[in-house]
Amino acid sequence: MGSELLNRIGIPRLIISLFLAFLVAAAFSFGLPMGQIFSAMLTRFGMNALLVLAMIPTIQAGAGPNFGLPFGIICGLIGATLAIELDFSGFPAFFFAVGVSIPLGAAAGWLYGLLLNRVKGQEMTVGTYMGFSIVSVMCIFWLMAPYTSPEMIWPYGGEGLRVTVVLDGRMEQLLDRFLSFNLLGANIPTGLLLVTAFSCVLLWLFMRTRAGLAMSMVGSNPRFAEASGLSVNKYRLLASVISCAMGAAGIIVYSQSYGFIQLYQAPLYMALYSVSAILIGGASLQRATIAQALIGAFLFNGLLVIALPVANVAMDSDISEIMRVIISNGIILYALTRKEAGGDAR
Amino acid sequence: MSVKNRLEMKNVSKEYYGNRVLKNVSFSLGEGQVLSLVGENGAGKSTLMNILFGMPVIHATGGFEGELFLDGEKVNIKSPEEAMKLGIGMVHQEFMLLPGFSITENIKLNREVTKDSLLSRVFGKPLKWLDMPEMRNDARASLDAIGLGIDEMLPVRGLPVGHMQFVEIARELDKKNIRLLVLDEPTAVLTESDAEKLLESMKILVDKGISVLFISHRLDEVMAVSDKIVILRDGEHVAETSPRETTIDKIAELMVGRKIESGAMQGRPPSALRDEYIIEIRDLSVDMPGEAVKGVTLDVKRGEILGLGGLAGQGKIGIANGIMGLFPSAGEVKMNGEPVRLNSPRASLGNGMAFVSEDRRGTGLLLDDSIEFNIAATAIQTSGKFMKPGIVTILNSREMGDHAREMIEKLDIRCTGPAQLTRRLSGGNQQKVCIARAITLEPSVLFVSEPTRGIDIGAKKLILDHLVQLNRETGLTIIMTSSELAELRSVCDRIAIVYQGRLEGILLPTDSDRDFGLMMAGEYSKFHGKEAV
Amino acid sequence: MKLIQRNIVPIVFLIICALGFKYSGLSWMFFANDLMTRLARNSFLVISLIVPVLAGMGLNFGIVLGAMAGQFAAFITIVYNLTGMAGFFIACALSVPFAVLFGWLTGVLFNKAKGKEMITGLILGFFANGVYQLICLIFIGWIIPVSNKALLLPSGVGFVNTLDLKIWQYAIDKFYVFKPKGIDIPVLKYLNNINFPVVTLVIVALLCAAVVLLFRTKLGQDFRAVGQNRHIAEVAGIKVDRVRIIAVIFSTVLAAWGQLIFLQNIGNVQVYGSHVQVGTFAVAALLIGGATVSRATIGQALLGTVLFHALFIVSPLAGKNIMGSAQVGEYFRVFVAYGVIGIALALHAWQRQTKKE
Repeated sequence: MGSELLNRIGIPRLIISLFLAFLVAAAFSFGLPMGQIFSAMLTRFGMNALLVLAMIPTIQAGAGPNFGLPFGIICGLIGATLAIELDFSGFPAFFFAVGVSIPLGAAAGWLYGLLLNRVKGQEMTVGTYMGFSIVSVMCIFWLMAPYTSPEMIWPYGGEGLRVTVVLDGRMEQLLDRFLSFNLLGANIPTGLLLVTAFSCVLLWLFMRTRAGLAMSMVGSNPRFAEASGLSVNKYRLLASVISCAMGAAGIIVYSQSYGFIQLYQAPLYMALYSVSAILIGGASLQRATIAQALIGAFLFNGLLVIALPVANVAMDSDISEIMRVIISNGIILYALTRKEAGGDAR
Repeated sequence: MSVKNRLEMKNVSKEYYGNRVLKNVSFSLGEGQVLSLVGENGAGKSTLMNILFGMPVIHATGGFEGELFLDGEKVNIKSPEEAMKLGIGMVHQEFMLLPGFSITENIKLNREVTKDSLLSRVFGKPLKWLDMPEMRNDARASLDAIGLGIDEMLPVRGLPVGHMQFVEIARELDKKNIRLLVLDEPTAVLTESDAEKLLESMKILVDKGISVLFISHRLDEVMAVSDKIVILRDGEHVAETSPRETTIDKIAELMVGRKIESGAMQGRPPSALRDEYIIEIRDLSVDMPGEAVKGVTLDVKRGEILGLGGLAGQGKIGIANGIMGLFPSAGEVKMNGEPVRLNSPRASLGNGMAFVSEDRRGTGLLLDDSIEFNIAATAIQTSGKFMKPGIVTILNSREMGDHAREMIEKLDIRCTGPAQLTRRLSGGNQQKVCIARAITLEPSVLFVSEPTRGIDIGAKKLILDHLVQLNRETGLTIIMTSSELAELRSVCDRIAIVYQGRLEGILLPTDSDRDFGLMMAGEYSKFHGKEAV
Repeated sequence: MKLIQRNIVPIVFLIICALGFKYSGLSWMFFANDLMTRLARNSFLVISLIVPVLAGMGLNFGIVLGAMAGQFAAFITIVYNLTGMAGFFIACALSVPFAVLFGWLTGVLFNKAKGKEMITGLILGFFANGVYQLICLIFIGWIIPVSNKALLLPSGVGFVNTLDLKIWQYAIDKFYVFKPKGIDIPVLKYLNNINFPVVTLVIVALLCAAVVLLFRTKLGQDFRAVGQNRHIAEVAGIKVDRVRIIAVIFSTVLAAWGQLIFLQNIGNVQVYGSHVQVGTFAVAALLIGGATVSRATIGQALLGTVLFHALFIVSPLAGKNIMGSAQVGEYFRVFVAYGVIGIALALHAWQRQTKKE
């Protein structure tokens, strides 16, 4: 029975949870400000949750984790920069950015989905490199695009947009501060968590509609889905559209909380971090649930938030960043080498 | 007849998970002779060959009982490599050739002729040079021996199928110690003239003193080449004969004949069913790999249980898969007089047809989903069952669960509850889930393929009884495809036999073993003219 | 016509390079000399990819680990101040045990992820980079003592960002440089005044010959057999897993040497950066040469190296002259590297899928 339980929790998830618990204990014993740390953990969780949730549709539809998330992310960045260019601020800026980027992301997801349907079985490799490519194309775009807002272009005649655009006074921590309150010294980013909860509910509802159920059938067993009269390609396409649209909205939520829009090469590895988060949450390359995404987002980001101050006390170095690289890629390797059941039976 | 025994099998038995698939089989094969093994699918031929070849599947499932003698010496073969070392060669049904390699390279695969290089003295064999001229010579010699005059340096890709088969044989022949060659349905993919050539080359092998174990469904070939014919049925050695002592129809009878308990045949006489056709199939062809259908015309009576029988690979499986739109098909199918759009699973489902696939784990189930979702999944998509209307129409879990519980009770599915994953169920219970899913569609025609494959005996009977009960209680028309003739004869009203992608004829369950055997071997029309069709 | 069709990728890039060269306004002398340097220092890395491709494991993004093995060896020669040609060849020798170990680990991992070798290699590269940083940044000076404090960060832990390699810079490149002069034959006269690093080129040529010869041995035949069909090779008695591991070890060792040749030309090690893009750039070069995921030749590797690096040389200036921004050219060549890989992988997967259907 013990091994059954262990199997259900999953060894990586167990190790990471224990490690996180250990770090929390260490932080506490070092006398670090736990309230601040806890609210930072919550904020990082909320910042990333939507990007991690975006992995669910493609995994469920059998196309694997969406390594092509940058397709959605760049659309979100376009939306956010347009909002500033048009001089919106506050909630109008946020809603404008989200409103612009979701359809853009959906369109990008549609194109990306067409590609995915032609490379079944190789989605991860192709997605990764197509994602890298689109990020570098967008680098050229950021250089050439005719933006004029002084907040975004270089002050002294440099070319193109800045590498990071400050959101101060536009929508910096707009959601985080909305209805936020203080609990035992920890600042609760209510708005951010509400948005996360709202996204979860929407996704949960969608996954239980006929289309959502069909998508999950397609991923679970494409032959079965075909025999039930479903078009496998159609639902994989839908999954890609939803995932990229979520990625587009997700990066805006991320940026407002972070306080900066990061352009150029920044989105390069974002897909990888989201992929590892959901895998840490216990998902496999074939199946994922909302709970796994949330747990994963919390564990992964919690670990990073707390590792930095603890490491700084224990030793003076960049261990936090190194740890992030090792953990996030290690968990993906683990998932890749696991003998998985299911998938495309052909 | 004082030939030395090359191979002797004594009292060989094998059990898979309590299921006895070979029972005390004994036979011997003389030096330079041809022994043909014939039998239906599942008669135990492949298990016997797996034992002879030391395949891992045998030893992973507890080994076998009995003894094997090779040239009088007792052998214990634990792996294919050992079998090769002992001089046993095998030509597989599927080609084991690398398309990008030349004929020579394929013939000498992993047995290349090498010569020393500078580095091989340090690093050993892997860094020895290939001796291509020598390899060519060897390949040429083997090819000449079986009379294949093509250039030995041609790449295998692009060779005609017949030539590939010869290359396989040449490769076995090139193994210098070869004593015994197993040919597993070597002519199945060949044209008639190629098949003839192959049989001739077999004679060359035999003249060299090589013994041949020949497995074929083509009884005329068996009659032409064999010194001895061994007939297997249900894992038992039922007869041993030779072409001089027997005829094709006798072999056919022996292959099929089996006791069916009297009273177990539940089929109804033709007079009990009205001549009203629910499905009319005209010239249906289906492009299903390995089970191609090439123009079947068949009418299905309303309310009957129709069996589709035939040997593996003859196309019986393809019929249901084609009509359900799972493999590309052409022709005409009418249901209740209305044409059904082909190549569209949705159209077939929409017309009231449901399908329980022979590929249970591949096509029939969502292995990592719950029983309840498996049962409901198709109905949700085709007819919007189990959905709760609202602002957004979402799944009604309670209704789905209730329905699953009802089905679990009705079909006696042994499980921990409707939420259990189907992967964890036994084969029989998985099959019941598949049937439950099909019934949930409330079909008027149910296609069931290989309903009892891989299922233990107790569950087999339950499933067949359920199908008959369904048919009798609701008038559901059932078209059941099965490789087990006995099973078809026990439940069907009529049985259609498919041979080489076409309908060979329709028989009643009460017809003789001989007729069934001849039809399955494609020899029926030769004996009876065209009357049966 | 068929010839063009089969070589469409190199031809397209040849045209892009030619246009880029024209718009960059670079002199032939400068361009050709730069190209020669780059060819000498990069082709080894590209050739190291060939064996795994032919063994059916696709493009080995895991050569990043080979580059790390090379760098570890380089660090040792720096710490012990082994100079000149001897230093360089000692580094080559020292890199072998590291590379064999890393290659073996990579091979074992690939065997557990059959059919997913490329994505596994890519992620493994990232993962190994984390471990590498852990070693170079945290363990060096803490667990692994280094006597020469000038190599370490002020805290005494971790290597500084850039380690000087003057001790064996140009050890082989400048051993004997051939510079043709006064050739007066059409076409060939373009070779005038170009510096040929003869020793390096000879080593590369020897390697090419070795790879060609390897495929005429029993081992080479096994690589090809496994590459075509694992199952059939297995049935024929070839130890498939072992052959695959050997293929990866070959690739990793060659990559380690390739990285050392690269470093001896550059003259310093960017401790945390020199190896990072090795996999991507080598793979992109091989693909530009016309190779695919399942087929690659020496010729394609060399041609690809030339074209890819020609693009590298001309794109910043061409970008500046055409678009008014050198930055555009920089990003363009990054895009080319990623894009070429992405498209090649997509085409390969697409072909496989249509074949299946």
